[in-house]
Amino acid sequence: MVANAISNVATGARSKSIAAVGPYLKSFSIVIVFVVISAFFAVANEYFMTWLNWVNLLRQSSINGVLAIGVTFVILTKGIDLSVGSVMALAGMIAASLVTSTNQHFVLWAILAGLGTGAALGLLNGVIVTTFNVPPFVATLGMLSMARGLTLIFSDGRPVPNLSESFRWIGGGSVAGVPVPVLILFLVFAIGWVVLSYTTFGRYVYAVGGNDKAAKTSGISTRTVIASTYVISGLLAGLAGLVLTSRTTAALPQAGIGYELDAIAAVVIGGTSLAGGRGSLVGTLFGALIIGTINNGMDLMGVSSYYQQLLKGAIIVVAVMLDQFRK
Amino acid sequence: MLLSTGSNPEGHGKNVALGLRDEPLLVADGIAKSFNGVPALRDGRLVLKRGTVHALCGGNGAGKSTFLNIVMGLLHRDEGSIRIDGLAVDFRSAADALRHGVTIITQELSPVPEMTVAENIYLGREPKIGGLVVDFPNMRQAAKRLLDDLEFDVPVGARMRDLSLAQIQLVEIAKALSHRADIVIMDEPTSAIGEHEVHILFNALKRIKARGSAIIYVSHKLTEIFEIADEYTVFRDGRFIESGAISSIDRNHLVTQIVGHEVKTVEKGKPNEGAPILLEVRSLSRGSHFKNISVTVAAGEVLGIYGLLGSGRTEFLETIYGIHAPTAGDVFLDGTRVDPGNPKKCIQRGMAMVPEDRKDTGLVLCASIAHNIALSSLALRAVSGFVRRKAEAAATDRMMRLHRIKAASPNVPVETLSGGNQQKVVFARCLLTNPRLLICDEPTRGIDEGSKQEIYTFLREFAAKGNGVLVVSSEAPEILQISDRIAVFRQGRLDHVVDGHETTQQMLTDLAS
Repeated sequence: MVANAISNVATGARSKSIAAVGPYLKSFSIVIVFVVISAFFAVANEYFMTWLNWVNLLRQSSINGVLAIGVTFVILTKGIDLSVGSVMALAGMIAASLVTSTNQHFVLWAILAGLGTGAALGLLNGVIVTTFNVPPFVATLGMLSMARGLTLIFSDGRPVPNLSESFRWIGGGSVAGVPVPVLILFLVFAIGWVVLSYTTFGRYVYAVGGNDKAAKTSGISTRTVIASTYVISGLLAGLAGLVLTSRTTAALPQAGIGYELDAIAAVVIGGTSLAGGRGSLVGTLFGALIIGTINNGMDLMGVSSYYQQLLKGAIIVVAVMLDQFRK
Repeated sequence: MLLSTGSNPEGHGKNVALGLRDEPLLVADGIAKSFNGVPALRDGRLVLKRGTVHALCGGNGAGKSTFLNIVMGLLHRDEGSIRIDGLAVDFRSAADALRHGVTIITQELSPVPEMTVAENIYLGREPKIGGLVVDFPNMRQAAKRLLDDLEFDVPVGARMRDLSLAQIQLVEIAKALSHRADIVIMDEPTSAIGEHEVHILFNALKRIKARGSAIIYVSHKLTEIFEIADEYTVFRDGRFIESGAISSIDRNHLVTQIVGHEVKTVEKGKPNEGAPILLEVRSLSRGSHFKNISVTVAAGEVLGIYGLLGSGRTEFLETIYGIHAPTAGDVFLDGTRVDPGNPKKCIQRGMAMVPEDRKDTGLVLCASIAHNIALSSLALRAVSGFVRRKAEAAATDRMMRLHRIKAASPNVPVETLSGGNQQKVVFARCLLTNPRLLICDEPTRGIDEGSKQEIYTFLREFAAKGNGVLVVSSEAPEILQISDRIAVFRQGRLDHVVDGHETTQQMLTDLAS
């Protein structure tokens, strides 16, 4: 009782003092973290700061960035999407099957099939969560396994190689020196940012995550809004699947395992609250860039991948600890 | 009391020994506290006598919370002195205050839902066998003794999640009182409980008082203050204003002291005789919550619904507004049937609802004032899918001025506002959709006297423009002050509809119980 009284009072006083500058400080601090990490690697390795390396770094971050943007929508509504890694594998596999040397269709059909697969699985997630009231963690955990199973069934556990050149352009091509995946990432970010900041749907996403009962009382169809965020997450997982498959020049049944964790990590490092209602895509973008920078920088320094895993995990926890401490 | 004395070794004994002395138990003088150079409290004073209930009154921002937090050791004072039993004290933490016999009961509930009542009461100080294993039989017995002693009708073996909100509040009160403190601070203890439980609580307070302890009681419900308090102290703008015996003043005097100026009571004109019917509810039922209710609201009329907590009144309002679907019956607005179970359609038809609990169902606390105000009308205006930012900014600005919402900017989160200002944000959101029928569930719960009067005035003016108001309240003086007619709810049924201009408070409370 007394301990609760203390924490109530403490949070009350705290939230008052930082309320006005909070949002600005928040998006600002993630940029500082990014700059500090980059500066460290710049000092540690002379190749890090070159244009070529940055293009490479951005390309490495693009798949995680696209996934994380989709997951941000879901997390803003207080949900979670664990299925994106598997969904991207299935979407990539189905798309690839349409552009092999033995079964060659127009590349647009492959793209639409991949995006459609992602959106359809996302819709299924959304319906399971909103209509059948299954907790998002459980619903998407089930989808993680189901989509992986479908990928293995569909491919019979074998890779699909020899993809058409036009399909390989998605992951390997570039426009004016900028890799296509990087362009896709920035395009997705720009659209996502406009949707969240300027549309009524974006407002509803924040409102539903902040207080679903108040949103409902205000006349918002909370189920539609929540289900839509899973569709967005699935659609972007499908897009990421196209990019990944195209880059690896073959669809692999084991593609994307564990990618959902990096995506969620990017969202959390970016300051979006797992409790819903607070967060931004700017944070998520920098969250993905921070993870990409750590991977890239440690590769350059020749740190073994075993230590990379350890350090990456530690940095994720420390980043969020600092965020809590600042709050 | 095997368990309670463990946490407070000397408190109770001392209490009895000094019980008859006239010397004040607590004297706080000249307490001041600033946050970042902004004074929250300039001159806090309180003299608390043994065996009394002392009402601490003041509007939002009067400095009550700061003062109580200083007494509890949660904040450190800049100036002033606190003496308990004549000895200067300077608590460093709530645990420190508790050791000296000072405890607090706040309005924020914090039960552990999966644990039993007894486990919740003795959480963190369970009686143990051999210092290791929890002595459950002993704990249950102690909890039962405690609850029986207070005459709280709560089963000790029940899990918290199975209790009603009122019962949970009683358990929290029992938990605080189990410390056997000399000084009990109660901050809005009745905000979540009904009249029946309030009665039980007040009986318990009388017994605590008789023991020689003293209670500092904070509540915005003046009716309660006049019922239970012996003395009062008023703070305004961080300063002590006056104190005295509650029997020497009347309600108007207290309101004037709290607000700082005379408050005009609301002008209540009668609606026109032949005004058209705006809302008609025909034989509406919803499961076990309420049965076969038929009422009408005419244009220009305020219909009050009076009933105890749990009488089905909230469910009734929510069903009219479409949050729940009725099991039988219909709702008509302007003579046309309203689609059941769809708040969005109800808003489009011209309804708006101010819900009972603004934090739980009224506001998105982490979102800004502007976003909250625009939330409902967005649902109506979205044509292109984009937010019309200029229109939104203009509407927010207009609403903030119209309702006198005090805030640094429309972009601050509503969680930083006072209760009264938060409630005005809810009203602003509702009115931006241009409703013709406003449904209000306890519209003045937990807000200060000045803001209450503004809301009463607003509701009457809104109705006078030819709109309808349906308002639920458990405060009889409030419902009498604003209603043209009053529907009395009892256990899910509509018992009586009485004239709001002629009924007295006594008649109303008799009808409801």
